[in-house]
Amino acid sequence: MTRQLAPQEVARFLSGAAPGSVASWGSAGVVVHRESLLPVCKALKDSADYATDFLVAITSVDYVEYFEVVYHLLSLRHNHALVLKVRANGRESPSVPSVTSLWQGADLQEREVWDLMGVAFEGHPNMKRILTWEGFPGHPLRKDHLGG
Amino acid sequence: MTNLQQHPEPPAELEAEPVVVNLGPQHPSTHGVFRLRVIMDGETIQDVEPIFGYLHRGTEKLAEERSYTQVVTLTDRLDYTAAMSNNLAYVLAVEKLAGIEVPERGMYLRVIAAELQRIAAHLIFVGFSLDELGAFHTPLLYGFRERERILDLFEMLCGARITVSYMRPGGVHQDAPVDFWPALDRFLADMPHYLDELQGLIAENEIVVARTKGLAVLLAAKAINCSMSGPVLRASGVAWDLRKQDPYDVYGRMQFDIPVGANGDTYDRLLVRLYEARQSLRIVAQARKEIPGGPVRTQAPFFIRPPVGEAYGHVEAPKGELGFYLVSQGGISPYRCKIRSPSFINLTALKEMLVGYKVADLVVIFGSIDVNMGEVDR
Amino acid sequence: MILAGNSLYRNIYGFFVGLLPDGLSWLGLVITGLILAFVFVNALMIFVAGVVYLERRVLGRFQSRLGPNRVGPFGALQPIADLLKMVFKEDVVPAAADKLVFAAAPIVMVVPALAMMAVIPYGKNTFVTDLNVGILFAIAITSVSSLGIFMAGWGSANRFATLGAMRGVAMLVSYEVPMLLSLVGVLLLGGTLSLVGVVDAQRIPFILLQPLGFLVFLIAATAEMNRAPFDIVEADSEIVAGYHTEYSGVKWGVFQLAEYGAMIVSAAVLVTVFLSGWQNPFVPQGWPQVLPSQLWFLLKVGLVLFLLIWVRATIPRLRIDQIMGFAWKILFPLALLNLVVTAVEVQLVPNPNTWQLWVLVAINLAVAVGAVVGFGAAFGRRRTNPTASVTLVSLQAEVVR
Repeated sequence: MTRQLAPQEVARFLSGAAPGSVASWGSAGVVVHRESLLPVCKALKDSADYATDFLVAITSVDYVEYFEVVYHLLSLRHNHALVLKVRANGRESPSVPSVTSLWQGADLQEREVWDLMGVAFEGHPNMKRILTWEGFPGHPLRKDHLGG
Repeated sequence: MTNLQQHPEPPAELEAEPVVVNLGPQHPSTHGVFRLRVIMDGETIQDVEPIFGYLHRGTEKLAEERSYTQVVTLTDRLDYTAAMSNNLAYVLAVEKLAGIEVPERGMYLRVIAAELQRIAAHLIFVGFSLDELGAFHTPLLYGFRERERILDLFEMLCGARITVSYMRPGGVHQDAPVDFWPALDRFLADMPHYLDELQGLIAENEIVVARTKGLAVLLAAKAINCSMSGPVLRASGVAWDLRKQDPYDVYGRMQFDIPVGANGDTYDRLLVRLYEARQSLRIVAQARKEIPGGPVRTQAPFFIRPPVGEAYGHVEAPKGELGFYLVSQGGISPYRCKIRSPSFINLTALKEMLVGYKVADLVVIFGSIDVNMGEVDR
Repeated sequence: MILAGNSLYRNIYGFFVGLLPDGLSWLGLVITGLILAFVFVNALMIFVAGVVYLERRVLGRFQSRLGPNRVGPFGALQPIADLLKMVFKEDVVPAAADKLVFAAAPIVMVVPALAMMAVIPYGKNTFVTDLNVGILFAIAITSVSSLGIFMAGWGSANRFATLGAMRGVAMLVSYEVPMLLSLVGVLLLGGTLSLVGVVDAQRIPFILLQPLGFLVFLIAATAEMNRAPFDIVEADSEIVAGYHTEYSGVKWGVFQLAEYGAMIVSAAVLVTVFLSGWQNPFVPQGWPQVLPSQLWFLLKVGLVLFLLIWVRATIPRLRIDQIMGFAWKILFPLALLNLVVTAVEVQLVPNPNTWQLWVLVAINLAVAVGAVVGFGAAFGRRRTNPTASVTLVSLQAEVVR
C-alpha cells in the first residue's frame, strides 16, 4: 500500500530543509511559496528519507483568485506519496518555476498546464502549446474561458 | 580505359542536407492522428518533434459540466482500447472523494472486467507491433480474433463492446448474467493456447528478434526520471505495478507475479506485455473462483455531492498508471477533473529513444511504447 | 533468329506468309507481332487478375477471415470490380511532380514483365521465340524495373516516395548479383543460355542438382519482385506506400499490374530453370502424357506463387541494413560456393549417367544443407530464451519494497 505522507510531517521537514518555504498545509497537501519550489523539490528528491524520484502528475486548478499547481510526488524506493502545491497569482501572466531540471517527466505535463490553464513555467526549455494549436484564443480550462 | 586523372576532383564531402519528413497525422502506423516531425539524414533519424492534439476533445473541461455519474461515459473514450480500466480509475477516484463503499461482489466483477480488458489491450498491442514490423496483418488478425471473445464477454456484462460504461461509483452497473460464467470458463480454458501461439510469433521468430533485440534501450533511471509507467517501466527492470504496490479493489488478495524486463529494449517491451496477459488470466481465474454473492452496487444517489476536498485515484491501466485527480467544491459535478494519462506521459522519452535509429525502427519503437491517441489528446 | 526453332512466332508467320502474295512477307512479320502482343498483354492482365484474387483469398484464409467473396462466384469477379473502380477514380498528379517522369514510370515498370514473357516456354513447343541468350535477357530486362521505381519515387516529389525509391534501387542492385550467380550453376549443367534449351536439358529437375542455387535464386527473386519479407520499397507501415504513394487510379493499377506481372514472370523463370519447366515430373518425356505440358507449367507456377503468398502472410519485414547485409554476406558467398561445387562436378563428370546423376544429387544436397547450417551457426542469432529477457517477480502485496 502506498503510504500517503502526512502533510504536517512533510511541512516540518521542509521548514528545516528550506526555511520559510512552507506557506501552509492542510489535509490535502503542503502549499509552498513559488520562489522556494525548486529548492523544496530538490530537497525532497535528494533526501534519503523522502527520495521522491517519481513525478506522478502535475495538475493545475483554477480557484479564480489564484491558480494552484499540484505536484503528485512518489518515491519508488519507500513506496510513499505526497502532494505539493504552489500558488500563482494574477490572471494575466501567472507563472511558477519549472521542475524539468529535476524530473524530465515534467516536460510534457508543464506544457499541457500552460496550454490548457495558462500558467507559465519559468525555465522550461520548450514552453509551447501542446494540445491546442498555436494561436488558440485563451486557455480552455480556465473558469472564465469564453465568458464561462 | 579512360584516364581517371583528367576528371575533376570530387568534392571532399558531398553536399547533403537533412530531410524533414512529417510522419502523420495521416500515417498507417501512428495509432491515430499523431504527427512526428522527423529530421533525417538519409534513413537515420537526427531529431524528432512529436506534435499532437489532433484528437483533443476537452474531456477535462466536459467533465466539469457533468454529474459525477455521467463522467463515466467520457472516460470510455480516453483509451478506447481499454474502456474498463478507464472506468475503474475514475470510479475509484470518486469513491475516494465521496467516501462510497463498494460491495465485495462489485469489486470482484470490476477486477474481472479490468483484467479481461488488459488482455484485450495487450492483444491489440502485440498485433499492431508485429504489423509495424511488417508481418502483413496476420498476427494482428490473430490478436483480434481472440479479442473478439473478450468483447463478447463485455457485451454479456453490459451490452456494449468498446465504450462499456460498466462501472459506477459504488460498484458496477449490473450483475453478470447467468450465461456469462460458462462463457468465461470457456475463454479461460482456450486463452493459454492462443497466448502460446502469439508468443511463438514473437519470441521465436528470427526476424522479430533481429529487429527488436537491443533496440531503443531505456534504462531504469531514465525511465523513472521521465515518469514512464506501466509495461514500459517494468520492461526497463523496475518492478512497479500499482496492483501490487498500491492495491485497489480486491487486488490485494490476488496471486500473481509481475513480469520484469532485463534489458529495457523493444523486445522486452513486447514480451512483458505477453507475460502480463498470462498473469491477468491467473487473476481472472482466481477472481472467478472466489467471487462471493450479494449486491454489486451500493445505493449511491444519482447526483453525488461529495464534500469539499480533493482525491487522486489511480489504477494500473494496460498502458501504465492512469489517474484521476478530482477537486470537489460540493457541487454535483467535479470542480476540476484532471486525467493523468499514461500514454501522454510515456511519450516524454520518445525523442531519446528514437534518435540515431532508422525510419523502419521508428514505427516499431513508437509502437512499443503503446500509446493511444484518445488518451494522449484527451 | 526470331524465326528459329519451332516457335509460336514462326508457326503463325508461316500461316500468314501462305496467305499473303509474294513481296509482302514483311507484312506477315508485322501481323504476327501484333497478334502475339495482343494475346500476351491480355494474358498477363488476366493472370494478374487471377493472382490478385488468389492472393486475397489465400491471405484471408491465413488470417482466419474469408477474403473477397461477394462479387461473382466465390468472389472471383472481385479483380474486375477493382479494375472498374480504378478506372473511374480521379488521376491525381501532385502539383510539384515532374509530370513526364511521373507519367512514364508505370510504363517503365510494366514493360519488363511483358518483355520477359517472350522468352519463357509455356509448354512443349509453346513459346514466342527461342532466344539463344534467354536467361541473360531475362535478368537484364528485370533490372529495368529499378529504373521505373526510381522514376516513380523521384517524379512524385514526395519524401516517402523518395525514401522508397532510394531503398528500392539499393536493394534491387544488390540482389541482382546473387541472383545471376545462382543461375551460373544452371548454365554449367545445362550448357545453354536459352530458356527453351534449359528445360530440355533437365533430365531431372535442376532443383535436385542445384538445391543451393534454387534457394539463393528464390530469395533473390523474392527481393527483386519486392515481396515480403523484402518489401521495404513499399513498406506500408513505415513509408506509407513507398514509391507509389502519390499514384492513384489507372496509374496505380498499372503499378499493381507490373508488380504482380513481375511476380508471375519471375515464378515462371524459376519454374523453367529449376523445376523442369513444362515437363511432367512423374512421367518421363516420350511416354504417353495425360495432362498437356502447358497445364503442368501452370500448376508449377501456381505452386511457386502460393509459396510466395505464404511467405508474405507469415514473415515480418527486415530492416534495410539487414537486407543489404543478407545479400552481400550470406547470399553472395552461398551462390559462389554453389558455383564452385557445380564447376568441379561438371569438370569431373561431364556426361553423367543415371546413377552418377543421383550421386551428384546427394552430394549437392549435402553441400546445401551443410552450407546453410554452417552459415546459420556462424552468422545466425543464438537461440534466445524469453525467460532470460523477462523474469517474473513475485511481490507480496501490502509489503513495501
